Amino acid sequence: MTRIGIVAELGHETRVAATPTTVKQLLGLGYEVVVEKGAGESASFRDEAYAEAGAVIVGADDAWGSEVVLRINQPTEEEIGRLADGATLIGSLSPGLRPELVEALAARPITALALDAVPRISRAQSMDVLSSMANIAGYRAVIEAAHEFGRFFTGQVTAAGKVPPAKVLVAGAGVAGLAAIGAASSLGAIVRATDPRPEVADQVKSIGGTYLKVEVAEQMQSSDGYAKATSEAYNARAAEIYTEQARDVDIIITTALIPGRPAPKLLTAEDVAGMRAGSVIVDMAAGQGGNVEGSVAGQRVVTDNGVVILGYTDLPARLPAQASQLYGTNMLNLLKLLTKDKDGVLRIDFDDVVQRSVTVVRDGEKTWPPPPVQVSAAPVGKTETGTAVESTAPKKKQGLSAAVKAGIFATGIAVLFWINAVAPAPLPQHFTVLMLSIVVGFYVIGKVHHALHTPLMSVTNAISGIIVVGALLQVTSENPVMQVLAAVSVLLASINIFGGFAVTRRMLAMFSRGEKTRS
Amino acid sequence: MSENVSGPLTAESIAGAAYIVAALLFILSLAGLSRHEKARSGVIYGITGMVIALAATTWLTLQGAWGTGHGLTGLALLAGAVLVGGAIGLWRARVVEMTGMPELIALLHSFVGLAAVLVGWNGHLEVPALSADLMAVHHAEVFIGVFIGAVTFTGSIVAFLKLSARMKSSPLTLPGKNAINLGALAAFIALTVWYVNDSQLWLLIIVTVLALGLGWHLVASIGGGDMPVVVSMLNSYSGWAAAAAGFLLNNDLLIITGALVGSSGAYLSYIMCKAMNRSFISVIAGGFGIAAPSGADTEYGEHREITAQATAEMLSNATSVVITPGYGMAVAQAQYPVAELVHQLRERGVNVRFGIHPVAGRLPGHMNVLLAEAKVPYDIVLEMDEINEDLDGTSVVLVIGANDTVNPSAAEDPSSPIAGMPVLRVWEADNVVVFKRSMAAGYAGVQNPLFFRENSQMLFGDAKQRVEDILRAF
Repeated sequence: MTRIGIVAELGHETRVAATPTTVKQLLGLGYEVVVEKGAGESASFRDEAYAEAGAVIVGADDAWGSEVVLRINQPTEEEIGRLADGATLIGSLSPGLRPELVEALAARPITALALDAVPRISRAQSMDVLSSMANIAGYRAVIEAAHEFGRFFTGQVTAAGKVPPAKVLVAGAGVAGLAAIGAASSLGAIVRATDPRPEVADQVKSIGGTYLKVEVAEQMQSSDGYAKATSEAYNARAAEIYTEQARDVDIIITTALIPGRPAPKLLTAEDVAGMRAGSVIVDMAAGQGGNVEGSVAGQRVVTDNGVVILGYTDLPARLPAQASQLYGTNMLNLLKLLTKDKDGVLRIDFDDVVQRSVTVVRDGEKTWPPPPVQVSAAPVGKTETGTAVESTAPKKKQGLSAAVKAGIFATGIAVLFWINAVAPAPLPQHFTVLMLSIVVGFYVIGKVHHALHTPLMSVTNAISGIIVVGALLQVTSENPVMQVLAAVSVLLASINIFGGFAVTRRMLAMFSRGEKTRS
Repeated sequence: MSENVSGPLTAESIAGAAYIVAALLFILSLAGLSRHEKARSGVIYGITGMVIALAATTWLTLQGAWGTGHGLTGLALLAGAVLVGGAIGLWRARVVEMTGMPELIALLHSFVGLAAVLVGWNGHLEVPALSADLMAVHHAEVFIGVFIGAVTFTGSIVAFLKLSARMKSSPLTLPGKNAINLGALAAFIALTVWYVNDSQLWLLIIVTVLALGLGWHLVASIGGGDMPVVVSMLNSYSGWAAAAAGFLLNNDLLIITGALVGSSGAYLSYIMCKAMNRSFISVIAGGFGIAAPSGADTEYGEHREITAQATAEMLSNATSVVITPGYGMAVAQAQYPVAELVHQLRERGVNVRFGIHPVAGRLPGHMNVLLAEAKVPYDIVLEMDEINEDLDGTSVVLVIGANDTVNPSAAEDPSSPIAGMPVLRVWEADNVVVFKRSMAAGYAGVQNPLFFRENSQMLFGDAKQRVEDILRAF
């Protein structure tokens, strides 16, 4: 049975890679789980809780010596050395930003999986740790801003005077941006948002924000689900918007990140200088160089004009229990994918694009970077492929052509004409009655309420028992065989008549209007 | 017919007048079903019409046969048959479960079919004195009446057996089944011509057996999921059987009623077929799976599960909920707990509505009857077209025992076998919870991408128990 080790994090990290809840589910996958003593302490998950869930509490060396090691942050050189040969390390390894780490990992006969490298496809959403952490960070950014901001977020009219609502600008409507918009608007602020991808406008609106469109003749579509760098014309117009907004709003939260590049500068020092004293900026991209001139990674900075710039990079870790829970679930979902048979044996299948993408090192062999994965998040591309599919797909439901239909109709009319022309006396009258009844029938039935189709069927059942009339006329025949046959059909038709009407009445009596609950 | 009374007011003329009145009442009866409020008075019209028609016919029979020996036996038989038949009918109507309505209705169709066969046989046994032309017409009418009646009879029996799970509901696929059906029709036409020229009893026996076989094969080769169409089609046939009897007996009431019932069934079949985006012929010819399923082996990914507890939480935070039931709800008998759930949610001020797909269940309108039985007010039970616009913006959709009727590939994947079928667009809601026993495909055998959408979650298990779990969690 494979052993999973949950190891403690270093330094200021408060999160942990598995919670008692996910430990229980890991056990369900057939694994044995050990937890380093005190690993979950700062996220309020006590050793006892892990033990209760079924994990064994061990020392650091034992935990690092497990076949599979779960981690949040990148390991140090020393920690890589603690891994057993053939072990698998899973964590947020940021392989794109840390090539030297990838080399260090590849120097050992181990396997390393980067949870933060899952492709952005729907199937992999349940393990997308970047999204789940960004969500937390966005929420926390608003909370940090509210903590620094010396006023209410929501507008109020009190006996002591009127309080205007705070105005919040969120730059970038990705996962973090949307979480920030949602949190700020539920606190009562007026929230505006910018983003180079116009398709996010609806998402912004749906959670209570106003989308500020940058009007230039350019549309950005992203083929991998992340934002890309923008053109110059766009940047010039966007800069104007940021300058205008900076003078107007109280709080700015910037979330703009472009994978593999330094964060774009959105707010200049002049923009910041234009803000009112007491305003707050949260630069969520401070770790990647910052969206705001003057922000310092991990620091709280107060400018000369009294604007607070928060450059915290540990926003998810400031909600340790929540972050650990989501991270742990992402981790669990990856392990579910890697343990298809729930037999406690971890297998990596390179034919699966998700498993391929996360694998940085396999058995000491560097497998980074993985082949790019295209996701269809771009609406324009989608419509193109849509039409292509339509044209290639065989026309399945091709009914009869118009000419054939017309032919059949004409033949039908001709046959009807012929029958009535040659038929002797009573037949044409019967046809007249039949035709008119069919027409009346179609119009009457067409008006029947959809909900009453079952009662319609039972009532037509009852009245089709009218065939009893035929049997009645025959029951007094002189031929005893006929009498018996007629009596049997009277009996059958009577079942229909009585049964049909009775069951219809019973059904209709059940249909009731919701008056009681209404009034 | 008997023409022994003279004068303007004869038994015949009274009966004729009564028939016209009865026919009008039948039309009013069907018209009454257009609105819930008028529906009950519609049934009264129907019953009145039936009473008038039967009284007039009985009077006519009495006039003709009073005093003769065979007449009295006939009357005794008549009274006995009506009493026994009526008792059976009332008893069945009282005890039938609402989930068992499709079976009952199929069985009732078979009675009309058999009665039509018997009336046709009597038409052969008692040949009226007619001119040569009319004789040919008479023979053709006997033949046609027996044929339609017999097809209706066995077809309905098979439908009944399939619906009540006494017979496997999967379609019977004999080799060359279309050839069998067409061959039977051709044989019928040939036999009709023969019989018109030479009315032998054995020809009538052959055609009866042929039609019984055809009816059996026709319905046996149609799968369980197409039963709404089959049942309404048989409804239609039973009407045409009655109309054929009307031609045979020169009775306008039978023709009118038969035509009404026939067009009712045909119209319902048409609605059903349109709701499945299939031609009537393809349903009758049977077999959804005949068209090769989409070759694209799309990767659907992982579905997510949800617990009853979490569903309860989601529901209590919702502002609007739409429930889309399917046959699975009927199978699990979940309509009562569902109604209780609706009641509790409405007490909490949640806007709860039902979205009913036209082919949900095994009978047109089946879901409506089940929900009505569980005392769900009918004004929150909406048709697919009424609810589809509102699904975008609904907080939670509960899909209970439905599958193909909520399949997004019908709307989005042109290569899907069910492409173009109108479906409930539940995936546009914020959250979808699918109550399902397992991940098995629906009747159409098509995988449902809805289950793998980001906003949908699966709640596995028996629908009734799961709904009860949710109620407990409240």
